[in-house]
Amino acid sequence: MILHPAIVALVLVSFLISGMMLYSALFGFRVIRRWDIQSGSEEQLALERKTYLISTILSYVFVFQIGSLFLYVYTADSLHNLFIGAMCAAGSLYVDPYGYPTFILKILNCILAGLWLIVNYVDNRAYDYPLIRKKYVMLLIMMPLFITEGISQWLYFAQMRADVITSCCGSLFSSERSGVGSEIVGLPVKAAMAGFYLSLALTFTTGFIYWIKGKWGRLFSFASGLLFLMSGVALVSFISLYFYELPTHHCPFCVLQREYGYIGYLLYAALLTGAVSGLGAGILMPFRKVPSLSGSLPIIQKRLAMICLIAYAIFAGISIYRMVSADFTLGLL
Amino acid sequence: MIRLSNVRKGFNLGRPNEFIAVGGVDLTLEGNRITVLKGPSGSGKTTLLSLIGCMARPTSGRISLLRSLLGHNGFLKDGDMPEVEVTSLPERFLTEIRRRTFGFIFQQFNLIKGITVLENILLPTYPLGKKHRVVRKRAEELLDMFALGDRTAARVEWLSGGEAQRVAIARALMNDPPIIIADEPTAHLDSKLSGEFMDIIARLKGQGKTIIIASHDPLVFAAPFVDRVIAVRDGMIGGEGA
Amino acid sequence: MASWIEKQRSILDYTLSSLMRRKGKNISLFIVYTVVVFILASAMFFTQAMKREASLILKDAPEMVVQRLLMGRYDPIPLDYLQKIRGIRGVISADARLWGYYYDPVVGANYTVMVPRNQSLSPGRIIIGNGIARDRMINRGDIFSFRAHDGQSRSFTIDGELPAASELVSADLILIAEADFRDLFGFPASHATDIAVSVINPKELLTIARKISEQLPDTRPIIRDEMVRTYDSVFDWRGGMVIVLIMMALLAFVIFAWEKASGLSAEERREIGILKAIGWETSDVIAAKTYEGSAVSFFSFTFGILLAYGHVFFSAAFLFAPALKGWSVLYPDFRITPFIDPYQVAVLFFLTVVPYTVATIVPSWRAAIVDPDSVMRS
Repeated sequence: MILHPAIVALVLVSFLISGMMLYSALFGFRVIRRWDIQSGSEEQLALERKTYLISTILSYVFVFQIGSLFLYVYTADSLHNLFIGAMCAAGSLYVDPYGYPTFILKILNCILAGLWLIVNYVDNRAYDYPLIRKKYVMLLIMMPLFITEGISQWLYFAQMRADVITSCCGSLFSSERSGVGSEIVGLPVKAAMAGFYLSLALTFTTGFIYWIKGKWGRLFSFASGLLFLMSGVALVSFISLYFYELPTHHCPFCVLQREYGYIGYLLYAALLTGAVSGLGAGILMPFRKVPSLSGSLPIIQKRLAMICLIAYAIFAGISIYRMVSADFTLGLL
Repeated sequence: MIRLSNVRKGFNLGRPNEFIAVGGVDLTLEGNRITVLKGPSGSGKTTLLSLIGCMARPTSGRISLLRSLLGHNGFLKDGDMPEVEVTSLPERFLTEIRRRTFGFIFQQFNLIKGITVLENILLPTYPLGKKHRVVRKRAEELLDMFALGDRTAARVEWLSGGEAQRVAIARALMNDPPIIIADEPTAHLDSKLSGEFMDIIARLKGQGKTIIIASHDPLVFAAPFVDRVIAVRDGMIGGEGA
Repeated sequence: MASWIEKQRSILDYTLSSLMRRKGKNISLFIVYTVVVFILASAMFFTQAMKREASLILKDAPEMVVQRLLMGRYDPIPLDYLQKIRGIRGVISADARLWGYYYDPVVGANYTVMVPRNQSLSPGRIIIGNGIARDRMINRGDIFSFRAHDGQSRSFTIDGELPAASELVSADLILIAEADFRDLFGFPASHATDIAVSVINPKELLTIARKISEQLPDTRPIIRDEMVRTYDSVFDWRGGMVIVLIMMALLAFVIFAWEKASGLSAEERREIGILKAIGWETSDVIAAKTYEGSAVSFFSFTFGILLAYGHVFFSAAFLFAPALKGWSVLYPDFRITPFIDPYQVAVLFFLTVVPYTVATIVPSWRAAIVDPDSVMRS
């Protein structure tokens, strides 16, 4: 265990978030069993009041979760010189088996919390709260993931020992090694590029069709989720190279640093926004037939689709601009 | 028109301190009338008023409002039934209806101390998110109408009883609600001010408002322009008069 | 959207005005909050500044230093080791270094005496750090006498002062010619203090270090990065330790915040009741409460950080002075270079604002669910 102020902060926040999720899930259990909108009983009134508390809690969870994601990456980065061979966050995350799983869980939980807030927002717009049970079931499913993240993060920091020889991002993402990172790098750049541009094209085509005609919503949502994954692959595989102008530096974290004008924050914020709003539009598709939602839901979904397209356009715009304007070339463009 | 059928409201149900404030009321209130709920304190008339005014949900029974009485509400689609049943609406939507449909005048005026007259009467407009310029203009018109134009920037604790009461009325009218609800409005006023209050009420009726007052003050329920007096006792409707 | 913004603006306006109306109630919270931020921020800025100073010192250090060990203790290294080290593949250069400490009874301080590597001094002349110049009140052209190893006195002419760029590095430094150094300390000509090694490829440092300790078993190679790592982990550990110690205070603060937020006065409760009666919704009141908390956090956090900044960087952390005193008597003017990292501010935010916010969620909600008809029932 390394006692670093940021580690204390991260552990503290994960405790708070887990506690809040646990509390909300326990309440969710009660809602699923006892909710009856038709009743004017005191219990029902008390349940209704408590839904305000849960909405508030989840909004904070979402905000703190985003903060903790970035703080986590930044902390991993600032710890890198405690480990021989680790040159940035990519290497620090590799010092024990919990680094990357925690990172993935943090992203997943960010997206889930965002989706929950979207469902909650929609539900609160209908006078009979048609999604109330569904959204609390969703909360029950999310809760273990948040707790797992907290435990995984704890294990990551607890098992950390300074001076452990680890691979730096130079070797972690270099092609001769095996592991997650190198598999992505090992993927031919052309394939990664093709995947990225194809899913980009698919998302924008279906997105515009959905926005204009209201059709193909599910396909659009699927495409936006795929684009999120593909963007991650593309970032490691080739986009990062243009930012660093180095042919072997595949690290997806260094773009968060000052040397690159903190541009990474914008890139990742755009990606997360794109994923949450795109997937959000999709998970609302089954509820379009609910009478009390039929008026407001299509408008909300279209708005989400628009946000998604704008966010991805920002990501793609910055990346492509960088690729075109950089002196560096992979010999492909 | 407001229709109540078999409306009950209880507190602490199933516990030793169980208390039924309103027990099975059937009532229909007509639009553009002045109705007075008359009864001693503790008779349940205030609870009844809060149920009618969408401040609380009944434990059982139904309350329906005529759609034309409701202001514009985004969540209610046009072309539905002419009446809206508010009983099972969650608080969020009840509030939405309440702030566009009802204006409240309370026994103790309930103005917020430490802020100005203008700020006080602007408060009901905040959740609606209307343009500040627009609501401010309306507030100033209302204040002029109630001869409070020169008290705009005064703090409410500096006001006389009559002025405080007129500010409370102005606040109730801020969102231009079709129905005005007043709970014991004259309890803290002398006869002269009570008379002035009833004159204002008569004027509002002339403007097409529906007015529901809970009071046991003869100056109120015996006023000549009151259309209907309903006696309330032990949470039940008793006799009626006019 | 426009109406949503207008609504939030109105609620924010109202919140700020009601916060100002209740200055008295919030002042104690503001003070405690500020003090908590101040203490935490001071501790973090201070350890971070120490870390930075240490890394500045180490920045100019050689990549690798080879020391000789005798009976497990550090001993002068024979100069013929130089050839062996230079013979290892990948080594660019290996240079003998001569440096030691001299105790000056006049001011009761230890000086670092060193033979410069890239600067030749004529015998009998020295260059001194500005800390020494200040303490001994001596300047260029003056004579400085040392008591040598044989008890005799040696005098040197001061050739100049070192620039004051980084006091911590050079304040107590004396640069001297090699012959004078050996004469002063009676250091044999066949030995050096240690050997500085530089290599072609920094990635091979570990391999070369291993080769050196294989070929010269009585030596110990020290890699600069290892030093950096050690310093970093020591300072991180200290910073973390301080925070864990302050955790108790933080917990007390959170409980205090919870109490403060829960203890609604009758007046406030009535006010919220009125707002709800005239059409405010529960979530509007929660929004107002959130703005209130954010405003308190914003002012306390900013103020606490500014205070800590002044404390650490302009008053040399006078509250931590007792801990600093052991450093050296030579640093009366010790100033830490002002430096704030946004990352530290983020960590501080997570340590203070986040727990405070969480502590106020339930009390705010409880305040917000006051029944709208409560004002009619009283």
